[in-house]
Amino acid sequence: MSQAALRNVSLEIEDGELVGIIGPTGSGKSTLVQHFNGLLKPDSGKVYVDGVDLTLKDTQLRPIRQKVGMVFQYPEHQLFGETVLEDVGFGPQNIGLSDDDVVQRVQEALAYVGLDFASIKDQSPFELSGGQKRRVAIAGVLAMRPSVLILDEPTAGLDPEGREEILAEIRQLHNDGITVVLVTHSMEDVARLASRLIVMDQGAVALDGTPVEVFGQAARLKELGLGLPEITELMHELKANGLDVRTDILTVPEAEEEIIRVMGWQK
Amino acid sequence: MRMFRSVTIGQHIPGDSIIHRLDPRTKILSAILLIVLLFVVNGFAGYGLVALAIALVVRASRIPGKFVLRGIRPLMMILILTLALHLFMTDGRVIFQFFFLKVTWEGLVRGLLMGTRLILLIMGTSMLTLTTSPMQLTDGIETLLRPGKKIGIPAHELAMMMTIALRFIPTLLEETEKIMKAQMARGADFQSGGLMQRAKSLIPLLVPLFVNAFRRADDLAIAMEARGYRGGEGRTKLRELQFQQHDLVALFLVVVFSVLVGVFF
Repeated sequence: MSQAALRNVSLEIEDGELVGIIGPTGSGKSTLVQHFNGLLKPDSGKVYVDGVDLTLKDTQLRPIRQKVGMVFQYPEHQLFGETVLEDVGFGPQNIGLSDDDVVQRVQEALAYVGLDFASIKDQSPFELSGGQKRRVAIAGVLAMRPSVLILDEPTAGLDPEGREEILAEIRQLHNDGITVVLVTHSMEDVARLASRLIVMDQGAVALDGTPVEVFGQAARLKELGLGLPEITELMHELKANGLDVRTDILTVPEAEEEIIRVMGWQK
Repeated sequence: MRMFRSVTIGQHIPGDSIIHRLDPRTKILSAILLIVLLFVVNGFAGYGLVALAIALVVRASRIPGKFVLRGIRPLMMILILTLALHLFMTDGRVIFQFFFLKVTWEGLVRGLLMGTRLILLIMGTSMLTLTTSPMQLTDGIETLLRPGKKIGIPAHELAMMMTIALRFIPTLLEETEKIMKAQMARGADFQSGGLMQRAKSLIPLLVPLFVNAFRRADDLAIAMEARGYRGGEGRTKLRELQFQQHDLVALFLVVVFSVLVGVFF
């Protein structure tokens, strides 16, 4: 491991954005986001969160880690509590809140991920289903009331239903004003959710723009070993076969409308 | 946060020296002889000869001396403790007295002897692990234990367990780092606080680590069975160990040296 992990990354994320970070395996996505709350520190360069320089020696990282919540890949592998209440309450407890406040936070966080506080709080997190475990783990981060939430592959290994639920929850969080950074391999997920896409390649920002802009560069993405959302791919195919459709389409409903328009069908 | 990079359990440095090429069984037997020898010998002259022999082996293995010495560092505390205990707890001619603590001449000698013994023990055995790959090592142990099968020693199973354990050390370290990060992201603090608090702060680290280790063990068992593993019975090897002439010579030298030093010192 002699090569530099990451190199000339330079990017800024604004309040209230929902940023998708995509890139081939080993492009530095996970390494990058671990700098956002000081879990990793750069050998050279700077990281600022709300104007606070994380690379300074005397920067207090605890408040930063509360502000910037981080959900790792397979977060359910980090569950440890005897009860869901204990596990989700771990973060708030570390901030030093009173027991009442902790319970309040847990209640709020579980509601966010669509779990019923009363029926689940005394269960062991290890007895839950895979999707539920994942949501409990995410609630454990939400209980810190972060203003920025980083999620590393939040839908990996979930069934379609669990995946839809998690994505809907992420959208809800964003609507409530939380800045979301979503690291993923799934072009579909980011096409539907993100307001901005950052494509990483070998530790550098290869592309940065709205999903329509980024997916407009199909050739460049292919070069990086990435693809388009399947529905966009379909529109490209249709066009190549002579149907004059737009190709800047990222979701199924949009595609439906466009095909109906081009074919001149009635709804 | 790469806090576990310094861990060097069973670290193997590949090479192509005479020592590397020896059959693992030769090296294991030599290491055992060395251990016995170190407990038989009781004097600085004997230890000096053993040290000389180890130095020759290190030289022949072409492994930089600092790697061999590095193995001593983790045991520094034990070394100091050994020395201190012998220094203060042995009765004899008093060199000087400090309140109730008294340093005796006999204590000094005993402490230094024990310290030397420990250092030589570590250096000698680390020559075994430094020059032998974990695979070779377990192969060697397996073949050496095979005669013990008749009295119920599960040689193959022991060797397989060792192989797997060694294989998973880096995986577990990586996993530990990952879980620590995840809990630190939730405000966990592993560094500060008193002893009790620190021990308590390990729960969020150890519970997931164990849960994941069991899950992984299950997965591994299934994966092994899926590939037809059914224990050592009738299993053939890709690389058969071969006891060659130079092994015989080396073992002969070690035995002669051990007997001579053991008898005369």
